[in-house]
Amino acid sequence: MEAVTDSPAVWASHLRKRYRKRVAVDGVSFTVARGEVLGLLGPNGAGKTTVIKMMLGLVRPDAGEVMLLGRPNTDPRSRERVGYLPELFRYQPWLTAGEVLALHVRLAGVAVSDRDRRDALGLVGLADRAGDRVGGFSKGMQQRLGLAVALVARPELVVLDEPTSALDPLGRADVRDLLLSLKQRRVAVLLNSHLIGEVERVCDRVLILDRGRVAASGTLAELLGRRQLRLRLDNVPDGLLGPCERNGDRYTVAMPDDVPALVADLVKHGVRVHAVEPARATLEERLLDILRTHPEEHR
Amino acid sequence: MTVLTIATLTLREASRRRVLRSLAVLTVLLLALSAWGFSRIDAEFGGLTSGEAKVAGSTVLNLVMFGYSLIAALGTAFLAGPSLAGEVESGIALAMMTRPIRRWSVLLGKWLGLVAFGSGFVTVAGVSQFLIVHLTVGYWPPHPVTGLLLLAGQTAALLTLGLLFATAISPMASGIVAVGLFGATWIAGVVGSVGEALGNPSVAQIGVVSRMLLPTDGLWRGAMNAFQDPALLAQIGTGVEESPFLSMAPLTPAYLTWAAIWTLLVLGLAALGFHRRDL
Repeated sequence: MEAVTDSPAVWASHLRKRYRKRVAVDGVSFTVARGEVLGLLGPNGAGKTTVIKMMLGLVRPDAGEVMLLGRPNTDPRSRERVGYLPELFRYQPWLTAGEVLALHVRLAGVAVSDRDRRDALGLVGLADRAGDRVGGFSKGMQQRLGLAVALVARPELVVLDEPTSALDPLGRADVRDLLLSLKQRRVAVLLNSHLIGEVERVCDRVLILDRGRVAASGTLAELLGRRQLRLRLDNVPDGLLGPCERNGDRYTVAMPDDVPALVADLVKHGVRVHAVEPARATLEERLLDILRTHPEEHR
Repeated sequence: MTVLTIATLTLREASRRRVLRSLAVLTVLLLALSAWGFSRIDAEFGGLTSGEAKVAGSTVLNLVMFGYSLIAALGTAFLAGPSLAGEVESGIALAMMTRPIRRWSVLLGKWLGLVAFGSGFVTVAGVSQFLIVHLTVGYWPPHPVTGLLLLAGQTAALLTLGLLFATAISPMASGIVAVGLFGATWIAGVVGSVGEALGNPSVAQIGVVSRMLLPTDGLWRGAMNAFQDPALLAQIGTGVEESPFLSMAPLTPAYLTWAAIWTLLVLGLAALGFHRRDL
């Protein structure tokens, strides 16, 4: 079966997995469009890693189907252009970093020049460690190597499961830059991370899992609601601001198209304007809100 | 392609892990010890006739070769576990198995690499041993190639079983169970020989059944038969069948076929087990 090039990078439908009596994943469906960065969020044990493993053919789903880059994931060729950094990242300790990359390039069946392989190591800050055995690497360095492994075979879909769990703040910043560069190159990314700030900064869409089910999904704008404008005002004539929330001298209104025009209008009507700032619920607030206050809403 | 890549990787793993060094040290020790032992046979019993020297050389050779077959079997069975179950447990398998490859090709690659490793070891150690025996007591086994092939077959059978266990249980446990079964079959084989010698068919049956269930002991007996001088048995006559280091008859083609089928069957089961396993 030939791959359909305009198909989504990932199409997963009604995935379900039960481990003995515990249902780990229950009817999860989602898509990742080409060039899109999808963030996977949820508390521990929500089923995020199981979803990723089922998607990549590492775990057999009890039910459901997955297409990767236009091919069913039961066909190994569906993974030709997929790069994966597992949550549990380990690489052959008896090989050197360069040999690990060479092995993955060979298994991927892609021609990657020595220079590109060195570049992949350079990209994650391991350029001068290519000849060192992985057995002597720290956890952070192994995770960096894992990133290079995920990126070396020119993937069209990159799946990163907690890519910064072992990294220092500098390493996290490197990963963020890397994600942004992937996004620029129209590489689809599925990012599972507990660092909500990172997800909010780089993801186009977010999928929130809770207890094996999809608790919410959508673009950041959809999930976080419309942007708002917070104002601190004195001397406001009744009815001037239209629909708004008021708390003393603090007003919150929907973000207008033209903020300077609104301020000019207020001043013209004799209102004293002390402060004007854009506001939006953070993804973290929204996530906690979804997980804490509406646990049954999506069941 | 994938199969060869994984086979090469497995050989590289074997050569870089401590197992190779341990094997080399054990083998050199055993070779040195046997060289000393054989030279003593010659020195102490200088008055042996050529026939007697052959008997002694042939018997001791079988004893020493048993040592190598044990090392090869233990070595590969304990390599098979970490190589498969260990990679699954540690997470090494995760990134590898998401490449566009099929699981059976990874398993077959590992199997080929391990078989090459085991056969290589048996050949190097065996030929060195033959040379030592030849130089010290002037004995050369009648069918060295057949014998070494059968030893390689024995190693392959045991490591295949080790791989099958490694698809289901932990790396160390898979090695221990495989080696335990290997030992049990050998003992059952000895018990069976005793039964034959005493003319007790039901006890003799134990050896036959165990050699069918796990062909390592059967293959070992075939190898012994290939290493020992045919004149030896005629000379000693009956009454030595119970010796675990003598074998009265070569293997039948039917048994060799069964051993091959058994190995392929276990390899197939291992592939199935690995295919169905959640990583």
